[in-house]
Amino acid sequence: MSSSATLSPAQHTPLYAQHLAAGAKIVDFAGWEMPIHYGSQLEEHHQVRNDAGMFDVSHMVVLDLTGSGATSFLRYLLANDVARIQTPGKALYSCLLNERGGVIDDLIIYFMADDWYRMVVNAATRDKDLAWIRQQAEGYEVEIRERDDLAMIAVQGPNARDKAHIALGASIDAARELKPFFAADCNDSKGDLFVARTGYTGEDGYEIILPAGQAGATWDALLATGVKPIGLGARDTLRLEAGMNLYGQDMDENTSPLEAGLSWTVAFTPEDRDFIGRAALARQKADGPANKLVGLILEDRGILRAHQKIITEHGEGETTSGSFSPTLGKSIALARIPVATTGHCQVEIRGKQLAARIVKYPFARNGKSLFD
Amino acid sequence: MSNVPNELKYTKSHEWVRTEADGSITVGITDHAQELLGDMVFIELPETEANYTAGDECAVVESVKAASDVYSPITGEVIAINEELADAPETVNEDAFDTGWLFKMQPEDAGEIDELMNAEAYAELIAEEEH
Repeated sequence: MSSSATLSPAQHTPLYAQHLAAGAKIVDFAGWEMPIHYGSQLEEHHQVRNDAGMFDVSHMVVLDLTGSGATSFLRYLLANDVARIQTPGKALYSCLLNERGGVIDDLIIYFMADDWYRMVVNAATRDKDLAWIRQQAEGYEVEIRERDDLAMIAVQGPNARDKAHIALGASIDAARELKPFFAADCNDSKGDLFVARTGYTGEDGYEIILPAGQAGATWDALLATGVKPIGLGARDTLRLEAGMNLYGQDMDENTSPLEAGLSWTVAFTPEDRDFIGRAALARQKADGPANKLVGLILEDRGILRAHQKIITEHGEGETTSGSFSPTLGKSIALARIPVATTGHCQVEIRGKQLAARIVKYPFARNGKSLFD
Repeated sequence: MSNVPNELKYTKSHEWVRTEADGSITVGITDHAQELLGDMVFIELPETEANYTAGDECAVVESVKAASDVYSPITGEVIAINEELADAPETVNEDAFDTGWLFKMQPEDAGEIDELMNAEAYAELIAEEEH
C-alpha cells in the first residue's frame, strides 16, 4: 500500500471473500467495497422481516472510551445523557452535535463499566468524528481507542437470535438473557466478543462485535444455520420502514435534531448538564422549530426518493429519504415539512404533483406493516 | 453474462428494438440494464399517440435502488404501451426481451432502425462497461 497516495485504495472488511463467494454485487461505500445485494434486494428485505439475515457492518467504527473521566466527558460530548445508562451493558442512541446544534453524527453508546464505554459511529464520518471527539476530550481523564482489530456482524429478524445461538453455541451464552438495547461482554473478553441486542432494521436481533480473524468462521457458521447474507440496499429499505434516520441524508451538520425527529434523544434534563450544542438547541426549542420530520405514504402511483419537493398549505418541504417499501407494497419517505402541516401534501416528481399522506413513522416493525 | 439476442437492435442507452412484420417497432430495456437496476417496482410509460425524436426521454423504469430514464430509440409515434407492467413491473426483470416490453412505436423513417447497434456491437459495449 502506498502511503503517499491522495486517493485511498478501496478498503475491504474481513468478510470480503465471503461476499464474493455469495455472489455479491459490490459497490463503493465511503471508501469501502461493500455488498449492495447478493441477487435480489427485495428478497433480502423480506428475509429479514420474516426470518433472519446478516449484514457485514465491519466498516463501522468501534471506539472504546476508558478512564475515570469517561462519564463526565460523555455527558459533555453527547446530546443524550449517559447518566441514563449506568447499568452494565445498557445502550443509548445519541447525536454528536456541534456548537450550533447541528448533527456531526449519530451513534450508539454502551455503558460497560464506570470507566469503560463502547461507542459505534458511522464509517462515512470516521475522520471528522475522531478529530472532533479527540479535540473535545482535552482536559478529561479519558483514553479513546479505535478498535480496528474488530469486525461487526448484525444478525436481524424474528429468528435471528435463535439461529445465532444455534450457530455460535456457548461462546455467546452470555447474550441469552439480554433485554432489548442491552449488550453483553461475552466470557469476560474485554469487549473482544461483544453481543448487543440492537440493530437498524426494526426487527429483533444482535449486533456482534468480534475479532477480525474470527469473522469469516462466524459468518460461515451463521450461513450454515440458514441466516442469509443481506446487502446495504435492503439495509436502507429496512431502516427506512423502521423510521430510523440515516446520517448525511435525513440529518447533517446543518440540521438540528429537533427538526430531524430526534427530540427524544436530546436530554435537556437535568438542567445543569452542559453539553455541546445545548445553548443553540435551547434557543430553538424556546422559539419553536420551523420544521418537523414526518413519514409519507404515496397515494398516487410512483416512487418517492430523497430530495423531492413537498408542497403544503404552510409552505414547501423536502423528502430526505424515499423508496419503495417492500413490506407495505407502496412508496414511503421521510420528509422535512413545516411544523403546522398535517393530513396530506403534494410531492413533485418529474414535474407532476402526486398526493401523499402524512403519517407518524415507523412504517413497519417486527415483520408487519403498521398501515393499511 | 447477460443475454443479447441476435435478432434485435440496440442503443447505447440499453434499449432493445424489434421490428415487427407491419413495420412498427417494439421497445424494451435489455437484460443487462435490468440486471444493473435490480428489482423493478414502478414503470412510467409514455402516452399512446405521443411523438418523440430519437434520444428523447420517454419512459422511466424505477427499481428499489434508483430511477432510470428510457430514451426513444428512433423518431416516431407511440402506438401501444405494455399495460401489464402497471401491476407487474417485475416482468421486466423476469423477461426483459419478451413479455417485459415497454412500448411500441411507428417509426417516421424505417432507415433509422438500421443505424442502431447490432447484437455483436452491443455485446462489445456491455463487455467494455463491465471492465
